[in-house]
Amino acid sequence: MYDVIIIGCGVVGAATAYHLAPYQLNTLVLEAQNDVANGTTKANSAIIHAGYDPEPGTLMARLNVQGNRMTGDICQALDVPFQRVGSLVLAFSEAECRTLEKLFMRGQTNGVPGLRLLSGEEARAMEPNLSNEVAGALHAPSAGIINPWEFALAMAETAVRNGVQICLQSPVTAICKVPGGFRVTTPKGEYEAAYVFNAAGVHADEVHALLEEPGYAIRPSRGEYYLMDKSQGAQVSRIVFQCPNENGKGVLVAPTVHGNLIVGPNAEPVQDKRDLANTAEGMAYVKKTALRSVPGLNFRENIRNFSGLRAISTREDFILEESVTSPGFFDLAGIKSPGLTSAPAIGAMAVDMLCAAGARLEKKPVFHNIRRHVRFSQLNAEEKNELIRQDARYGRVICRCETITEGEIVAALHSPIPPCSLNGIKRRCNAGMGRCQGGFCGPRVQAIIARELGIPQQAVLMDQEGTYLITGETKQGRGGAQNV
Amino acid sequence: MFDLIVIGGGPAGLAAACRAWERGLRQILVLERDKELGGILNQCIHNGFGLHRFQQELTGPEYAGRFIEMLNRTGVQVQLDTMALQVEPGVAGAPHTVHCVSTQHGYQALQTTSVVLAMGCRERTRGAISIPGERPAGIFTAGAAQRYLNMEGYMVGRRVVILGSGDIGLIMARRMSLEGAKVLACVELMPYSGGLMRNIVQCLQDYDIPLYLSHTVTDIRGHDRLQQVTVSRVDSQRRPVPGTEMVFDCDTLLLSVGLIPENELTRQAGIRMDARTSGAVVYENMETSVPGIFACGNVVHVHDLVDYVSAESERAGDAAAAYVQGTGQQAGAVLEVKNGTFVSYTVPQHVRTDAQKADIFFRVNRVLKSSHILVEDETGTQIARYRREHMAPGEMEHITLPAVLLKKAQGAVTLHVQEATQA
Repeated sequence: MYDVIIIGCGVVGAATAYHLAPYQLNTLVLEAQNDVANGTTKANSAIIHAGYDPEPGTLMARLNVQGNRMTGDICQALDVPFQRVGSLVLAFSEAECRTLEKLFMRGQTNGVPGLRLLSGEEARAMEPNLSNEVAGALHAPSAGIINPWEFALAMAETAVRNGVQICLQSPVTAICKVPGGFRVTTPKGEYEAAYVFNAAGVHADEVHALLEEPGYAIRPSRGEYYLMDKSQGAQVSRIVFQCPNENGKGVLVAPTVHGNLIVGPNAEPVQDKRDLANTAEGMAYVKKTALRSVPGLNFRENIRNFSGLRAISTREDFILEESVTSPGFFDLAGIKSPGLTSAPAIGAMAVDMLCAAGARLEKKPVFHNIRRHVRFSQLNAEEKNELIRQDARYGRVICRCETITEGEIVAALHSPIPPCSLNGIKRRCNAGMGRCQGGFCGPRVQAIIARELGIPQQAVLMDQEGTYLITGETKQGRGGAQNV
Repeated sequence: MFDLIVIGGGPAGLAAACRAWERGLRQILVLERDKELGGILNQCIHNGFGLHRFQQELTGPEYAGRFIEMLNRTGVQVQLDTMALQVEPGVAGAPHTVHCVSTQHGYQALQTTSVVLAMGCRERTRGAISIPGERPAGIFTAGAAQRYLNMEGYMVGRRVVILGSGDIGLIMARRMSLEGAKVLACVELMPYSGGLMRNIVQCLQDYDIPLYLSHTVTDIRGHDRLQQVTVSRVDSQRRPVPGTEMVFDCDTLLLSVGLIPENELTRQAGIRMDARTSGAVVYENMETSVPGIFACGNVVHVHDLVDYVSAESERAGDAAAAYVQGTGQQAGAVLEVKNGTFVSYTVPQHVRTDAQKADIFFRVNRVLKSSHILVEDETGTQIARYRREHMAPGEMEHITLPAVLLKKAQGAVTLHVQEATQA
């Protein structure tokens, strides 16, 4: 019998596990996919919002500002790339300037620090590549850019290091009440717990429906993006939004913590929760709209398109509550934007909810709140040399676009939540993230995964189950001839 | 302290290093990131290499082997499994520094009088052309698939569509067919093929693989592994024409949609680049805008035949040796070489008028029947004229300007192509 089961290990599930980890609780995380952070967490704008958008008084408003404050400390403790670069919301007309004033007032009410209204000239002085059409801007210095999947991964890994268990490839197929709690069924086994947190992202309504009528539905909205080469990374040094409209916060242009440039998203409701396709229309819209903010963007320098699903629910606000009919079952659902920013605050709130529900919370004697991630390319010459002296594999560059070494890949494969796919390695070390998109390093990374995990190279997937890359051996049957 | 550091041990780097040794340099180091020399040739197991150079049809590894043997007879030093991280040009004639890393030697900062950049090129990816649709497994660049088959012994699919008719895509159409896969179609956005005519014949026609010109992939389906691609015809503006969709059930899409010179080190070193080639701007001796730093092979511009890479790289080797030995100073005026009608780029971009001769390589931007290549100087005077019966963007063209003509030219020279009117 577990004390707590968390269903879903995106950033919300991970933050919840991280916040429960300091307590003497027997906690289990069930993740449907073969890796953590593999849903909305890996496909979004990678922004820590300041908090002037949400309507005052909502959970979103409170948790956004609170989450923004918490993110800096967590990222510092857990070595997650996060830069508080600030954001600008642009106005192109008088009417939009009035919208900025409203956002400014809302931000004041929500407790967002340092907000300033700027003229078009002031905005262009800060960001010289902005359009001449920009008539005004709202500057929010507390906004930042983050590596969203490493954020989730770091919290999940730290939870695991502190005793939380995690089961991957464990989609929940049934939930029922049992004396003293719930029984949760997956293809791998049945687990019982006194409390259950539902952090299943776009599938939260389906998970809740396994127990009872959820009272809400998730109606995902898809957003499409461009990720551009580092040659475009300095087009802007802050996050550049346009005025929010009925479709959300609109198309942004922002640097990423990896030095690339991210452009997007649009917003389009989709029926199928697996529909992560890019569309010609969606990409054309994003491109056209972004060029309005930064006319000099060079879309020929695009290296990848992707799309993600916003977990928009039939309710206005985040759904963070205990079931009335099934006490002990908590929804952490409908976590649309600013969900990534709010995640740490949601995790903290989960602890409060547990406490309010009568759980006994006692701190463990020790909580290891530290994580270090070796990033070879960022070390100086002396540090590089020292590292290679300790482990020669740091001297072999596998991903040449991002300068990622074999040592880093091997370290990821022996981390608390080891990956089993090329994209799992990509999310942990950036190998394959660059301009050649793994064309060069893909087969090499695959061979390293096979070697370290002791599985055949054919079994190493691109991403989730079913994403096989190799269909067999060639006629000469020398599969694995080049194993590293 | 080295005389010359060559970055890259593929065909370009090998030829440059061998030639610099022949010319008398003795402290030469080749840095190669892979575990063996030869570069991309090692995975090109088909034949057709060396027709110009050796008057023989060699495979890629055989062609590389000839140069590796040549190198082994010299005292050129080689560091394998070594990644160059940065080329730092020396200030005011001081030596250049090459930063590199390897398991054997750790992090090194090596000093050298001259550098040859020979890093080759990489393939354009799906992202570079923003193909709509899902992102399943089963979409490979042609070169990555070639590595899986030829180096690792693995097949990557059974039913294949190829986007782009570049040479690697064509070669892979045949290779996948020989391995038992069904290649359903080769789809080309342009109204002409991007590859060599001999490859169209030997790799598509001989295997009854249809080539759809003026078509492109407009949708990709499959959540996990690729299941379907949609191919549409495009109009003269390269926009898909609604209603022309063809759907192919396939598990593999190979992309052969262009090659990009790999110039991160070059840019970082502050060397002047040419937006048309995506390579460094070079003189006729392959020197870049930084004295003592030379570039050759696919890192300068994408070649269609390795034989030309070798020849170009030998010129770089010659020039690096002359630079180190102090015999390379050229005092003559510099002519800029400009593109005129139907010319998409030229290499070199600059010619010194005191050069012995200048070999000018270029590509045309459309298919041209019987034509004249005209070389004009800034005053509009025609200084040379060459006849060609057929030119295509997929085939690199070449003219030689002798010294006597170089000396005659005023200011810049422009290369024009004029289709011959019916006589």
